[in-house]
Amino acid sequence: MTIDESRLDSIIDEYNGEQGSLISILQDIQAQYQYLPREAMDYVAMRLKIPRVQVFGVATFFKAFSLKPKGKQRIHVCMGTACHVRGSKMVLEELERKLGIKAGDTTLDNEYTLETVNCLGACALGPVVVKNEEYRGQMTPIKVGSLLDTKKP
Amino acid sequence: MKLSSEKELEDLRNEIISGRDPNKLCIAVCGGTGCHAGGCSNVAQEIRTELDSKNLADKVDIRITGCHGFCERGPIVIVYPEGIFYQKVIPRDIKEIIASTIENGKIIDRLLYHDPVSGEKKIRVEDITFYQKQNRLILENNTRVDPAQIKDYLAINGYSALAKVLGKMTPEIVIDMVKSSGLRGRGGGGFPTGRKWESTRIAEGDVKYVICNADEGDPGAFMDRSILEGNPHSVLEGMIIGAYAIGSNEGHIYVRNEYPLAVSNISTAIKQAREFGILGDDILGSGFGFDVKVNRGGGAFVCGESTALMASLEGKPGEPRAKYIHTSEKGLWDKPSNLNNVETWANVPMIINKGSKWYSGIGTESSKGTKVFSLVGKINNTGLVEVSMGMTLREIIFDIGGGIPGGKSFKAVQTGGPSGGCIPESLIDMAVDYDRLMEAGSMMGSGGMIVMDEETCMVDLAKYFTNFLQEESCGKCVPCREGLRRMGDILKDITEGKGSMEDILLIEDLAGMLKDASLCGLGMTASNPVMSTLKYFKDEYLAHIIDHRCPAGVCRELITYGIDADNCTGCGMCKKNCPPGAISGERKETHVLDTGKCIKCGICYDVCKFKAVRKE
Amino acid sequence: MVSFMLNGAQVQADPKWNLLEAVQFYGINIPTLCHDEGLTPYGVCRMCVVEVGDQNRTKLVASCMHPITEGLNVRTHSSRVIKTRKMILELLIARCPSSKKLQDMAAMLELKQVRFDPLNEDCILCGLCVRMCEEQMVAKAIGYAGRGTDRYITTPFDMTSDECRKCGACMYICPVCELRCQGPQASTTLCSGCINTEPVCAPDYGEAMCFMVPCLSCVKKPEDVK
Repeated sequence: MTIDESRLDSIIDEYNGEQGSLISILQDIQAQYQYLPREAMDYVAMRLKIPRVQVFGVATFFKAFSLKPKGKQRIHVCMGTACHVRGSKMVLEELERKLGIKAGDTTLDNEYTLETVNCLGACALGPVVVKNEEYRGQMTPIKVGSLLDTKKP
Repeated sequence: MKLSSEKELEDLRNEIISGRDPNKLCIAVCGGTGCHAGGCSNVAQEIRTELDSKNLADKVDIRITGCHGFCERGPIVIVYPEGIFYQKVIPRDIKEIIASTIENGKIIDRLLYHDPVSGEKKIRVEDITFYQKQNRLILENNTRVDPAQIKDYLAINGYSALAKVLGKMTPEIVIDMVKSSGLRGRGGGGFPTGRKWESTRIAEGDVKYVICNADEGDPGAFMDRSILEGNPHSVLEGMIIGAYAIGSNEGHIYVRNEYPLAVSNISTAIKQAREFGILGDDILGSGFGFDVKVNRGGGAFVCGESTALMASLEGKPGEPRAKYIHTSEKGLWDKPSNLNNVETWANVPMIINKGSKWYSGIGTESSKGTKVFSLVGKINNTGLVEVSMGMTLREIIFDIGGGIPGGKSFKAVQTGGPSGGCIPESLIDMAVDYDRLMEAGSMMGSGGMIVMDEETCMVDLAKYFTNFLQEESCGKCVPCREGLRRMGDILKDITEGKGSMEDILLIEDLAGMLKDASLCGLGMTASNPVMSTLKYFKDEYLAHIIDHRCPAGVCRELITYGIDADNCTGCGMCKKNCPPGAISGERKETHVLDTGKCIKCGICYDVCKFKAVRKE
Repeated sequence: MVSFMLNGAQVQADPKWNLLEAVQFYGINIPTLCHDEGLTPYGVCRMCVVEVGDQNRTKLVASCMHPITEGLNVRTHSSRVIKTRKMILELLIARCPSSKKLQDMAAMLELKQVRFDPLNEDCILCGLCVRMCEEQMVAKAIGYAGRGTDRYITTPFDMTSDECRKCGACMYICPVCELRCQGPQASTTLCSGCINTEPVCAPDYGEAMCFMVPCLSCVKKPEDVK
């Protein structure tokens, strides 16, 4: 893909091109593209004067980054301890069955991406599922159906 | 407005305070993440609309505050000056609150908190048992300030400790004061804060860094987030004081990107502090300069480890390094660096203001002050609690936490996050401080407290934490990477009924090696969840291994579902909801479950209203 | 010079040395996998652990990273050290069962049993190649990607790159890949231990050069042997 270098420049300049800001820069790029395009990472490595393999290492080390495009709708299942003891695994499995994908994957029509998170800190509401920034608390496998649009994914 | 002296700060403070009418009506809405998830922003919006439509906007203030701690009852709304506590408020309730409470001073019964034990109605915050036993030195201010308003913080005496330090104290005196207060790091290890500062101060180097660790990766813990969200200026004030004592001019706050509200509130606070001359060159005209940057974490539990955090601040993967040379000598960019976590920094202004003697009067012999715990899991009152060190687990769980829901019995409490351990019922009268927890095979950690009841399988829990750590291990050193992988495999086997007695020995060998040979704290403590459950709940391990049975009914491979003919009414709920279609039966007749087709998802168990589905 | 206690004897060393260098100077053999004289110590294989401290207050440290301090009490072969080294090696062999280097080290440490299922990986992630490429070749063409059990060594974006000059230094320094045992049929077989004697997974492994139980060097499983 082709990338807009001026857009990247404005992100990188915001951090004065500091090497220490690599993670923040990648986060901002991901916020724009929904993932990290390889060309953008190449460009960042060049601008920050760091080895490309370091950018690749950081991008694959941190869970927040994705090298693959994400679906239009994103569902996060909290797998924190509080949610775990209240049965979040069952909720996740039901979502996996309903969507026909495993956690971390995107449906073939690019509609949904199913992800897990370690703790959202909304433990009082556990098990918690977040669909496009909207929190749904006290989830059960039965309530999962209401999260998904009626049309079969 | 740039303040250039202590006097200007005090003048401004007096101006703010005298401009505020303490008897003015104010509606405070909890804006912490827990209440946020419960829809508090709609509640706040509704209040604004309603106040506008009734032309009350200038008579009634509205304040969006940080977390009040009682997340179980969120969204929380408090009406000042009386301090009427309304819980589980939804936008529909707002019209009534404004019409009755604001306009006519009437209290709405149905929104009050009803004590589950006595059944009494509680009107004010201070009447509620959940709050009564706490000692909310840090969290209290969360309810009193709007985190986006530096003036709110100034109104509650904010930055007075900083002014005192810059005006009247030398760095050595500050360090002595923190040392004699007995403050220990709230992030996990419990290292004495004053000593850490001192060794960074005396380390050689012109450039030194002060770092705030807000990468709260423990699942089930959210106290640091709540402080950073609710009262960011208190953390900043602590950091500036620390920087002055250490001799540092540059600070970093490393905060989880999963905490968007915390990122935004601390960034606003920094911006305001700069405008007021509290950050930047020549703070309050003292000649001392210090500034702070916010760095967002990329989602890695291991970055809670100080050297991994520093690596990530340098734009590298969050891999720890050996700490034979301390970070106080060689830390970020190989310069002397002092790292403390959010709660530690937030304690500092209080110590300066009220004195180390006052502070060391709270707590136990070895652990001073208060500690914030996030009380979660199988507990009635989920939320943040702040108690004096030395309170017993029983008081925290049963008096403050309100005990276990659904009439179930208490089994264990897990403290210290994934690196901590499980404490069984027999030790429930233990006083909570750094050393007692350590003796019990657990640790303080950053303060997660996960309560478990009889339906929690301890082997499954050990497996959960081991898998968590395995996923979060950076993979740099062999013991942690390979050892945890194997530990996870063994625990998986046991929960599937494929374990053997030799596995217990192998677990012990692996645990010994992890503790001895791992590179960083993550690996060294990674065996705690397994070893503590093995110590206190060995019978559960044996039940899985010898009897192929999961006593708590959690481990799927070891349980079967069935339908009890006596209780089944033939309502068809289970049949309708069964994903693989394993349940058959005519309406109003007993249903039958085909165990061959059953995938043990547990849906039938949950939907059955007649307790006809058996799990054994 | 600083003086310290090495296995009960008072010795002296250059304070610029790390503990491993000092111990090796006195002729004591400590197994290492991620260490090379020409490269910055990395401290990840943990094979070089030694016990330091007095009486009840001892701990294990990676000697390749640890500085020598005055009066440090060091034991290089205490039972705790040996037990730890064997456990680490057992994990590594389970990861890379066909590595000649690891097999030899197992013989040296008298490790005779691996209690885990083999993974048949090639790389032990010692990171020598990464440091070689960065420090000696100044190419920075390879590095780590992923984390935890998914960590691996690779080129940027897993693609061939201009940074790599194909100098081969990474292959040269690798302790496991170039010596990888391909089984008795392969032309690159090095020790031939598995050809010349009974398969060692048989109860009697007396003279075998390869000491592993179950036999892993010839990439056979115990059930294949009988």
